[in-house]
Amino acid sequence: MQPMNDALTRKIMAATQDGLPVCEHPYRVIADQLGITESALLEAMNNMLSQGLIRRIGLVPNHYALGYRFNLMTVWDIDDGEIQQLGKQVGQLSFVSHCYQRPRKPPDWNFNLFAMVHGRSEDEVNQQVAIIQRLLGSACSEMAQLNSVKILKKTGLRIRND
Amino acid sequence: MCSSRTLQQQKIELSDFEKKLINLYQGGFPLTSEPFQVIAEELNSTSLEVQQTLEKLLANGVLTRFGPLYNIEKIDGAFSLCALKVPTERFDEIAVLVNSYPEVAHNYQRDHEWNMWFVLADETEQAVINAFNQISKETGCPGLNLPKQTEFFVGLRFEA
Repeated sequence: MQPMNDALTRKIMAATQDGLPVCEHPYRVIADQLGITESALLEAMNNMLSQGLIRRIGLVPNHYALGYRFNLMTVWDIDDGEIQQLGKQVGQLSFVSHCYQRPRKPPDWNFNLFAMVHGRSEDEVNQQVAIIQRLLGSACSEMAQLNSVKILKKTGLRIRND
Repeated sequence: MCSSRTLQQQKIELSDFEKKLINLYQGGFPLTSEPFQVIAEELNSTSLEVQQTLEKLLANGVLTRFGPLYNIEKIDGAFSLCALKVPTERFDEIAVLVNSYPEVAHNYQRDHEWNMWFVLADETEQAVINAFNQISKETGCPGLNLPKQTEFFVGLRFEA
């Protein structure tokens, strides 16, 4: 299956990336825009969900408005032999939103595991960092915390429909 | 062009019904003809009340949007997380320059010697590398290009 070249998939993404309309039949409104039936749209979106192209459908909170003001990028230097297993475990922690392995760039940058954590107080994020630290144990030789000071640009990732 | 916002924002007080709606439907919004009807039955409410609550939460900024969240990387190109080490006195000037690149999707100032972190997005990995090289050259700042090697987890449910 090649969802990448699927014109309908791209059209659906372009039509819904700003959200669904709030009305009794939101999917019908989108289907009408695309000139397809509501059931064709529902079926296509169901497939996109099962392919992982749609991560989820739902309400997207502004986490600052919910009181999550402490959003921290934590970076860790993990033994290469253990990063696959430990990265998975860190990713499973409830307060971690993004968890990636990224390349080291010695000598400037030796951190290979990135985990974003979110909390409502400084205490809470400090505890979260301590939990990760305990989980990683001796496989981690160094870590750093990078607080966000300011959003300089946030356009979001957009799908092109051309 | 270089619109910047500080991160502090007022916490908004929510009713029990609003909290329930937010906590239950950050995923699993029904993919069916009358989704608000389904939610209303689940929450002992009416479709109209659910819709009005949702509209209010969108209007007052508690929600940024509602609908499908796409894993856009699966269909649309290449991405990388990049950082620059920017001298403090040149920070604002460099931020304008970096933000002027259409390939830059997000850009954050962080409290670290690597103080500028941005996501580059383009159609191919080579295009991302080219944009990174161009930014390094134009700014003259030391840079890191850190495309992901493994994605362990993406996603988070925030409890209201």
